[in-house]
Amino acid sequence: MPVTLVLFWTFAAIAVGSALLCITRRSAVASALWLVVTLFQIAALFVLLDAQFLAVLQILVYAGAIMVLFLFVIMLLNLGRATSSDIKGPTGLAIATLLAGVMGLQLFVLARAAPPRDLALPAGGLEAAQRAQGMIAMVARPLFDVYLVPFEITSVLLLAAIVGAVVLAKRHL
Amino acid sequence: MLLGPSLFVSAVLFTLGVAGVLLRRNAIVIFMCVELMLNAVNLTFIALAQTLGVAGQIIVFFVMAVAAAEAAVGLAIILAIFRHRATLNLERINLLKG
Repeated sequence: MPVTLVLFWTFAAIAVGSALLCITRRSAVASALWLVVTLFQIAALFVLLDAQFLAVLQILVYAGAIMVLFLFVIMLLNLGRATSSDIKGPTGLAIATLLAGVMGLQLFVLARAAPPRDLALPAGGLEAAQRAQGMIAMVARPLFDVYLVPFEITSVLLLAAIVGAVVLAKRHL
Repeated sequence: MLLGPSLFVSAVLFTLGVAGVLLRRNAIVIFMCVELMLNAVNLTFIALAQTLGVAGQIIVFFVMAVAAAEAAVGLAIILAIFRHRATLNLERINLLKG
């Protein structure tokens, strides 16, 4: 087995294991910290899939910004102590397992379908483009020409989110 | 190639996210499970970008930006709910059930 595949399955196993711990821990803080572990493992998988720049962004944005925001709110609301009623009882567990199982089954069927050959990049794929243009330029250049309009719309969205969050979280305007 | 295994792993992670949303009562933990599902989809995009071109990686940028905005607004809403009801148990926040 090539070393990439060994690394891939190691990171994937840790990611799945910590995701499982994330949804079963009683304490919200423990859940958040296990989710951080999962996010780091997913960043490692991004590196193995030739997306080094996005792996850095994943750690900066998700583990750095979003999860800190989550932990901040959990601690602000003082939810760190474990409560017994957070996880649903046996009926809820059965329903969750059943529905998630059906969902997972459908996803596995989808995952087995190969992407159409006509759309595939020429041999070498992304690695060749990366070597020709550089790791960041390969992602940055389309972002500023083909995807310029969505990029600008994202900035408006972020501004709206800032204003919305301030208005919602403020007690008295 | 890593395409098949990546799709498998992201299917598992997405399923775990769905199970978490259905299993938990705490609004913040449910929100974290939604983030887990978003990450599973990001993994799919990046795995497919390896064979289908860089567009997949660019979509992940937008997903991350939207997820950051969603987290900020969502947590503000959760704060507002907690201030009104003094609980985050979603089974007790059931105004629409009458």
